[in-house]
Amino acid sequence: MKFKLKIWRQKNAKAKGYFEDFDVDNISPDTSFLEMLDILNNNLISAGKEPVAFDHDCREGICGMCSLYINGRAHGPDEDITTCQLHMRKFKDGDLITVEPWRSAAFPVVKDLVVNRNAFDQILQAGGFVSVNTGGVPDGNTIPISKLDADEAMDASACIGCGACVATCKNGSAMLFVAARVSALAKLPQGKVEAQQRAKAMVAKMDELGFGSCTNTQACQAECPKGISIAHIARLNREFLCAKLKD
Amino acid sequence: MINTQLQSKVPDGPLHEKWTNHKSNIKVVSPANKRKLEIIVVGTGLGGASAAASLGELGYNVKVFCISDSPRRAHSIAAQGGINAAKNYQNDNDSIYRLFYDTIKGGDYRSREANVYRLAEVSPLIIDQCVAQGVPFAREYGGMLANRSFGGAQVSRTFYARGQTGQQLLLGAYAALNRQIASGNVKSYNRREMLDLVIIDGQAKGIIARNLETGEIERYGAHAVVIATGGYGNAFFLSTNAMNSNGSAMIQCYKRGAFFANPCYAQIHPTCIPVHGEQQSKLTLMSESLRNDGRIWVPKKLEDVEKLRKKQIKPSQIAEADRDYYLERRYPAFGNLVPRDVASRAAKERCDAGFGVNETGLAVFLDFSTAIERLGQKVIAERYGNLFQMYEKITDVNPYKEPMQIYPAIHYTMGGIWVDYNLMTTIPGLYAIGEANFSDHGGNRLGASALMQGLADGYFVLPYTIGDYLAKEIQTPKTNINHEAFNETEKQIKEKINKILNIKGKQPVDVIHKKLGRIMWEYVGMARNENGLKKALELIEEVRNEFWTDVLVPGTNTEFNQELEKAMRLVDFLEIGKLIALDALNRKESCGGHFREEMQTEDGETKRDDENYMHVAAWEYQGENKTPILHKEPLTYETVHVSTRNYKD
Repeated sequence: MKFKLKIWRQKNAKAKGYFEDFDVDNISPDTSFLEMLDILNNNLISAGKEPVAFDHDCREGICGMCSLYINGRAHGPDEDITTCQLHMRKFKDGDLITVEPWRSAAFPVVKDLVVNRNAFDQILQAGGFVSVNTGGVPDGNTIPISKLDADEAMDASACIGCGACVATCKNGSAMLFVAARVSALAKLPQGKVEAQQRAKAMVAKMDELGFGSCTNTQACQAECPKGISIAHIARLNREFLCAKLKD
Repeated sequence: MINTQLQSKVPDGPLHEKWTNHKSNIKVVSPANKRKLEIIVVGTGLGGASAAASLGELGYNVKVFCISDSPRRAHSIAAQGGINAAKNYQNDNDSIYRLFYDTIKGGDYRSREANVYRLAEVSPLIIDQCVAQGVPFAREYGGMLANRSFGGAQVSRTFYARGQTGQQLLLGAYAALNRQIASGNVKSYNRREMLDLVIIDGQAKGIIARNLETGEIERYGAHAVVIATGGYGNAFFLSTNAMNSNGSAMIQCYKRGAFFANPCYAQIHPTCIPVHGEQQSKLTLMSESLRNDGRIWVPKKLEDVEKLRKKQIKPSQIAEADRDYYLERRYPAFGNLVPRDVASRAAKERCDAGFGVNETGLAVFLDFSTAIERLGQKVIAERYGNLFQMYEKITDVNPYKEPMQIYPAIHYTMGGIWVDYNLMTTIPGLYAIGEANFSDHGGNRLGASALMQGLADGYFVLPYTIGDYLAKEIQTPKTNINHEAFNETEKQIKEKINKILNIKGKQPVDVIHKKLGRIMWEYVGMARNENGLKKALELIEEVRNEFWTDVLVPGTNTEFNQELEKAMRLVDFLEIGKLIALDALNRKESCGGHFREEMQTEDGETKRDDENYMHVAAWEYQGENKTPILHKEPLTYETVHVSTRNYKD
């Protein structure tokens, strides 16, 4: 297969970005999208040009490192997957493919398609944990947890922190990301103790870091590669309101 | 040669009392003194994150380094199946001893008895800790923790969180780490890659790192350095490791004097998605947990194989009687749940005999039809839904309808930096934990034991044992990063980087890395022999020369430059490749994942040579182009009776 690529180039955070056009040929339909970019890059290097920088690591959809906006969609034209799991068979021979980095004020571009998602770490540092030290904890079976609660906590915990929700949201809101963590912990007895405090602290940090507000468009849910439901946003709002009422 | 330099420091006393006694005897550091001490932790996977968090909680000043944009990206996150612990929640007669025994036997009697016992001993604590952190382990309807079984065991002791256990455990450790970062006890440095270890007066005192975003070379000092950078499987180019996983920190420590132990023990995982073609960048693992319900087979008749390859029939059309469930046939007692090395070789045996089921002839079936009939599709989807989805996305085949195709691939490295019972390397003040050390898995690691070991080391072993060393350092002032040793080390790094950038040859890094990978897989892979290994050593040397004369790395050192990162790592993979081949050549026996064709039983099983090889092979670097010196740490088994591994009855 062959493709025309329109890829965002940007030297660094301060430089002005632009689109550059490329052609790639001899791509097998079983090749993954990132492997296609590997091929492009090796062609560019051999031709004495600078390769396109992009983030990637596990290439099996779990590390959350890959982050491309492909033809106007986070992680490209397939459902419930990350870019690394997208395969070229999802495109038609000769297609024009536009590739951009995540666009969000809170995720500045590092280079080309690579962005800085440190803001996510900072939000979690504000309260995305259970305050327990190593050692001195009770036996794992001391507190029974209903299977339904454990399953729902697991649904929320499936978040890989890729940032597709932020990139997709027209407001650049991180509500789905924050809600997934707050909800996962609020569903479990171990996390319940600090649930309201946690919601307040994480939302405050999110606002401080320049993420937008949630207007319930549900776009985040539609593009989340792990299918995280906006029902978790409702739970976040509940915890947040309860916390505020107590203030 | 038995070497006196290798003091394993295994405590005296009966096996089950060693750790308790040791803890009573080692020194501790007072809270006031902990505040004065600094520790560097390199790597943020399960080992690194749990260690950094626990050390921060204790009050040490910790600096933690991560090559990705966040600690949560570490490759521990990709572990699917589960984590072992001797809880005996299932009342199936599991115990610390049984987990210990299974691990020793699974490792083919090539691991250190006392370390493995300690691992089994602390394993129940890990589960408790993770539950307390809010890890959403799978539960039964009554609210109790659920278990599944795994290869190499006859009890159910594996705890899991769907097919994302590594992710959930890492998010737990990462959350604990975040809490310490917020409190100021831990300072985190993301997108930093360790480029060298700094030694002052024989002690590990710091590291030199490259800021991957800006290219700046930075100096960091400490009273102790902990290496938690995972394994070196990417030396094979195609592996299940993440693209950025590398062995560079280990090789830097090795070149600075840390012994490298058992490099030839690399695990080849039986259930990976087969290679599809030349453009492939990495291999994807399908969790071992699938072998709980999946049955592995190839056709009995070669004509069926032909039809499958020509896509004239579908696998589901082959009659039950015409299928060869070769693991169930060869190993009736363990069946599809034999250890990984055994399952991998059995797949290779069938494919070598011409029964491989895809066009390349390098694939076997993993079939769920029996399980779906027995349990229904809903139950199977609940257990493995995300894995089935992943498989379909990659291959375009629906595994609920047709069996998966799988083939072995490099997955984990049991070898690593030599450590004593305290997890300290041969360099005072330098520690290695998790996959980066060698101590617990011998010649083969059992499934669901990597997560166990990473967290055991980080939560419950290192925080105790590091105190014994640091108690002697409480009077030592902060490391001066302007010391001559830092100047010299930094100078060497800068020279190396400039040298690489100035080669300006013709081949991109990946092209050369693939050449190394092909040599490794062909001659140093699942089956090894003397001629092949000698040839591999020659060929690797040729590739190394190609690298230093013909690599083409674009860009500069003062910017975000992924090609330069890869080139630096490839330099070290070439070193590791040679070390693996050398160690494999030296170990003239078959054990665990190391299979020497000259040493096999009549029915093709591994044949150990306990008389000559019941030892740890630890290699000491001697300089560029010089053969490293081999040191041997004898393995003595005080408790278990050493026997031939048997998974047949």
